[in-house]
Order: sequence, then C-alpha cells, then structure tokens
Amino acid sequence: MNVQIDSECCQGHGRCYDIAPGLFGEDGEGYGRVLGDGLVPAGEEREARLAAANCPERAVTLTEGA
Amino acid sequence: MTVDDRFSPASREPGDDQPPGTRNEIITGPVSDWATDFSHLEPEWSADPYPIQDDLRQRCPIARTERFGGAWLPTRYEDVAAIAYDTERFSSRSIILSNFRPPRELAPIGGSPPISSDPPFHHDARKLLLPAFTRAAVERQEPATRAFCQSLIDAFDGRDVVDAAYDYAQHIPMRVIADMLGFPSEDGPRFREFVENLLEGINLPPDERIERVSRLFDYLFAQVSDHLEHPRADLTTYLINAELYGAKLDPSHVVGTMALLLIAGIDTTWSAIGASLWHLARTPADRERLVAEPALLPTAMEEFLRAFAPVTMARLVRDDMHWHGVDMKADDWILLSFPAANRDPAQFDRAGAVVIDREANRHAAFGLGIHRCVGSHLARMELRVALEVWLERIPAFTLQDPSAVTWAAGQIRGPRHLPLRIR
Ligand code: HEM
Ligand code: SF4
Repeated sequence: MNVQIDSECCQGHGRCYDIAPGLFGEDGEGYGRVLGDGLVPAGEEREARLAAANCPERAVTLTEGA
Repeated sequence: MTVDDRFSPASREPGDDQPPGTRNEIITGPVSDWATDFSHLEPEWSADPYPIQDDLRQRCPIARTERFGGAWLPTRYEDVAAIAYDTERFSSRSIILSNFRPPRELAPIGGSPPISSDPPFHHDARKLLLPAFTRAAVERQEPATRAFCQSLIDAFDGRDVVDAAYDYAQHIPMRVIADMLGFPSEDGPRFREFVENLLEGINLPPDERIERVSRLFDYLFAQVSDHLEHPRADLTTYLINAELYGAKLDPSHVVGTMALLLIAGIDTTWSAIGASLWHLARTPADRERLVAEPALLPTAMEEFLRAFAPVTMARLVRDDMHWHGVDMKADDWILLSFPAANRDPAQFDRAGAVVIDREANRHAAFGLGIHRCVGSHLARMELRVALEVWLERIPAFTLQDPSAVTWAAGQIRGPRHLPLRIR
C-alpha cells in the first residue's frame, strides 16, 4: 500500500500527521507531507486508512497493492 | 529607533475616499417559519439549533430569511462545502452576518485579514501567520497551558458546584492568546467584553456597534504603541515588523489581524471546551470510559468538535445567480453552518448521535478550503489539555441543574454558564 497527499487540496488540517505520525509529517506552514517514499510498512495499513478517512479535504489517497 | 508613524493617531482617521456600506432595516422577534424567516439570533436557535437544522435539511434544504437584508442558510454538507470552496462566487468580506454590509471595495483585503480576505490577497496574508500556528509551534504553549488549567482547578478547592464555562473554559483561550500576542494576562475580562461586542449584539443599532468595536481598536493601538517602545518576541512585534510585497504591513492590516487573533480564538475554544464538558456531565457512560481510557481522548475530541461544532461563518453572494435550486441576489448573506454540515446523515453515519470512538470523521468544524482555521492546532492542543486536566482532577461530575445551562447566541455557539456538581 502507498499513501500520497494531493498538495493542491491539502489545507493543513493535520489530521493525517496526528493519526499516522509514522507516515506523515508537517512542513513549516503546517501542510501535510508524506514521510519517505509513501510505501506503508507492514502493520501501518490501519493508520494509513484512518488518515485518508479523516482528511477533511480528501487530500490523502491510498493505492492498494503497491 | 525612529518612530513608526504608521500607527500615529492621524493614521486612524478614516479616509474620505472610504465608500459607505449599506444598512438594512433591523427585524427581530419570533420566527414564523424557519424555512422562510430563519434567525440564528432567536433564543430557540441558541437553545438547540440541531432539530431546526435537521428539519430544514429534509424539507428545503436551503432556507431563506428576509431579515438582515436577505440571507440563505444551506444545511447539507454538500452545499456548505461547495460554498466554502467557491471563493469566486461567495466573498468573505464580511464573515459575521449583521444588518450592515461593508462596501464591495473592501474586498479582497477586508477588515481583518486573512479571514475577511478573498483571493489572491488572502493567500499572502494567511501565509504570514502559518509558521506561528503549526502543530510544532503551538506545542511550545502546552506546558504553560497545562499549568494554567491546573491552577484554575486548584481554585475550586472546597467548592461543590463550579461553573465550568465561566470559571474554567473561558479563561484558557484568553490566557493562551494573551501570552502569544504579548498582552497583559490580567486583561482577560476586557477580552470577553470585546468578544461579546463583536460576535453578539448583532441586532443593536449600527452606531452603537461601531462605538463598541472602536473600544477594541483603542485597546489594540495602545498595545501596538507599547510594543513599538518595547519590542519583544511575540506575535504583536512579529506583525509590526512583518512585510508583504516588499513593504511593512498597512497599519489597518496589523491591527485587523491582531483583532482577528484575539477574537477568533476565545469564544470558539471556550465553546468547544464547554460543550465537551456539558456532554460528559450528562453522559456518564462516555465520561467513565474516557476516565478509564485516556488514549481515546483525541478521537472523542474530534467527535465533540463534529457534534457541537462551535463556529458558523458568513459569506456575501458576489453576483445574482441561480445556485443549487435558489435565486441568489448580489449581496445576499449566506449563513455558512459548519455545525449543520457536520450533522448531515448523507455524510455521517448516526449523524445525530455522539459516538466517542467514531473512526472515520471528516468533520468541518474548522472550515473547509482556503480559510481552514489557522488556529486549529492551537485549539486542539487547548481542548485536549483542558479535558485531560479536568478528567484527571475531577473524574466524576454532573449537571447541577440542566435548566441553568445557558448558550451563546449568534454565530459562535457554546455554553456560557455550565454549573456542575463536582463532589
Ligand atoms: C475550537 C476552536 C475553533 C474553531 C471551531 C474555529 C473555527 C474556525 C473556522 C470554521 C474558520 C473558517 C472561517 C471561514 O471559512 O470563513 C476559522 C478561521 C480562522 N481561525 Fe479559527 N477556530 C477555533 C479556534 C481558533 C484559534 C485558537 C485561533 C487562533 C488564535 C483561530 C484563528 C483563526 C484564524 C486566524 C482564521 C482565519 C483563517 C483564514 O481565513 O485563512 N481559531 N476558525
Ligand atoms: S489531513 Fe489532509 S488537509 Fe490535513 S494536512 Fe493532512 S493532507 Fe493536508
């Protein structure tokens, strides 16, 4: 599984990096960014799904099976 | 150091070139039909707006009123989101619905950037504030916030009944923002007066409102003078020195943003803390579960923000248009109800219930799109710390008298008096 943030949509609500701090972080203005290459390590799929389900701007997307 | 004459008394005289806004007849009194005559200022709405919104969502879903010179109230998540995202057709030049429309020429800057600004200016005004309000930046306020919450509870010593809204919730955001702006912390009670003047009393005569607002600006100009003489590491000094497009900010921008930071964070966070404690006081199962499982608090908190979203905003329609089934006229108000969006069953399962372990919660309490609350990380820190400290120190509490609970009237909704029995 892979995670991406669409930076056109992200408004820096920070739900992703609150919920899945292993996968997302904030930049100097509070916008979300993917840590590393976005490949979700085994065992963190649940956090990845929760981050996507809680982003108010629908900016977090998941690609399954990657 | 040379005097910064941007802030001299002469600079405060309004220019002759300033066009007047428009005023309308003030209509008050009981609502005849919520679909055609709504008013968020009537007691029925402040006591419990949710059944009204749920009913409108089913039968309209965009309600209308001739009050305030004409306004619309969308109640579906989909419509609220569409308006928040459409800054072309819906302007933010006034975000508090009243009987006075500021002149169109005020856009795109507005009186209190960035909340009153439209693109393209909005982006640049907002960018100035973002670094001070990231999650990492606001974490630095956490130890002082926690110590302050503890001291408020220490002061309850020996009392059986306390007012959780008046004696606890309201003081927390006042202290935090006073510290960040570098204002004397004992000025808290004056902030409450400023907040009430700006956000409530909407149906007072416009001249009286202007007079009240000018008291806030007198206070802010005095703070600016003090900071010019004694610059320090706080947001006021930061704004005085900040630059945009290669020049220092216009004085009205500096002071307008200070007003925004002072007002936007107080009533809102106070309401969020109060509404959460109100729910827990009347729902023993949720209270006991949170005391036993403190790790659930961040999830529960998001649910309180969804179910009791404190903030409703306003927009002004830019041009006449047919929009989602209604005929909107230029300068009609939109009452942009994030609370109504957050209870739309098309968006949330069991929308009317408070589910403290709700996992998927794409709520809009902090807005949607470019105006996302700049203070959301700060507000979440304050709400979390306020609830953590309360639950640790006062794990058991109940409503002393449900009928003694009062709610703020207007666009920011939360308990203003909340008497709780704490032993
Ligand atoms: C629970 C507490 C809070 C809630 C529910 C809340 C809610 C909101 C909402 C819904 C907006 C969007 C306005 C719009 O779309 O027109 C907003 C904007 C804003 N809020 Fe908050 N707020 C809270 C606390 C705070 C705090 C603590 C501060 C900082 C001191 C703050 C500062 C701002 C600012 C500066 C904006 C304007 C952002 C822009 O227009 O780009 N808020 N808030
Ligand atoms: S939750 Fe969404 S909007 Fe918020 S920072 Fe993450 S990606 Fe951006």
